[in-house]
Amino acid sequence: MNLKISNNQITYIRKANLYLISLTLLTFIIGLYFSLLVSPPDYIQGDSMRIMYIHVPSAWLSLFSYTILAASCVAWFVYRNPIFNLIAKSIAPIGAALTLIALVTGSIWGKPTWGVWWVWDARLTSMLILFFLYLAYILLWQSISNQETASKISAALGIIGFINIPIIKFSVDWWNTLHQPASISKLSSPSIDINMLIPLLIMTLGYMLFLITLFLIKLRTEIIDQKILRLSIK
Amino acid sequence: MTKKVKNRLIKILLSLLILIIAVLIITLNLRDNIVYFYSPTELLKMQTNETKIMRVGGLVKKNSINSDGSKKFTFIITDEISEINVVFQGILPNLFAEEKGAVVEGSYVNNSLFRADKVLAKHDENYMPPEVINALKDNGKWQGQ
Repeated sequence: MNLKISNNQITYIRKANLYLISLTLLTFIIGLYFSLLVSPPDYIQGDSMRIMYIHVPSAWLSLFSYTILAASCVAWFVYRNPIFNLIAKSIAPIGAALTLIALVTGSIWGKPTWGVWWVWDARLTSMLILFFLYLAYILLWQSISNQETASKISAALGIIGFINIPIIKFSVDWWNTLHQPASISKLSSPSIDINMLIPLLIMTLGYMLFLITLFLIKLRTEIIDQKILRLSIK
Repeated sequence: MTKKVKNRLIKILLSLLILIIAVLIITLNLRDNIVYFYSPTELLKMQTNETKIMRVGGLVKKNSINSDGSKKFTFIITDEISEINVVFQGILPNLFAEEKGAVVEGSYVNNSLFRADKVLAKHDENYMPPEVINALKDNGKWQGQ
């Protein structure tokens, strides 16, 4: 099946990105202002808890990115439309970067609170596995030159790896972990003060916009790449 | 939906189902290897010896931290059912405090004393500004520790 995306549509993506970049910057400036200056310190952790504002959104969105990746892999298997490959390929490096940010900031946060940089508890280990899954997905695409084979194998990996996502999410409930359970998932009464919830949500919006911006830049490149490849084959 | 697409969809859903069941079986059976620490009650039920390194987690009991003035500390880890006496020599993490969560790693010295080689502070999922906590405590509405 051929890619059915016109050059006009590619230009739209570029134009949308100009707005998205400025919106992302604006949200991050507001979010950081709230996180670093407006938000009160925590009653036990003091100011070290502010790292939550960059740790939690990156962790959330790393799971979100993988969900998109796995969904595109399923869609590719079912519909065999190359656009789903390009979507998964475009989101993989962004997800890997978000996972790395979550791991590094978590480690920096762990030292002052737990007393250690790293422990092999279920939450931390499953997050590390997520990082390796992203890397494996990216590496598979780069190491297999036959497009059809690469699509099949990487899509299979993407789908199988999805099983890790509920494990990460529920690891803190299923097993005893050093990592604390979720603060936000209880909708009725989140265990987080409203003055800390607001900066967290603004930062999450900023990360989301950043993710969409990077994703569209990468997707546009992948589409153009694919078109060049098709032309050179013809 | 063409027949081909439908077939692929069914195949993929079936393989996903098998995958989920397989992982569930594995994780449920590996539970003992995946838990990072045991509660005092669980630990007391287990067969342990001096050489086996274990981790125990729970709350540090109120008024149980004692120090000989140097870096040697004794305290009690409790899960409100069972208690474990712990001795530790070293530097405690900043957030280590009475009535707060902690995880200790070490082994039994004898039946009643656990020697920790490592102490980790476990913090909870509550994030509150200090003023809010004080106000809640004044009202007697504070449910936490």
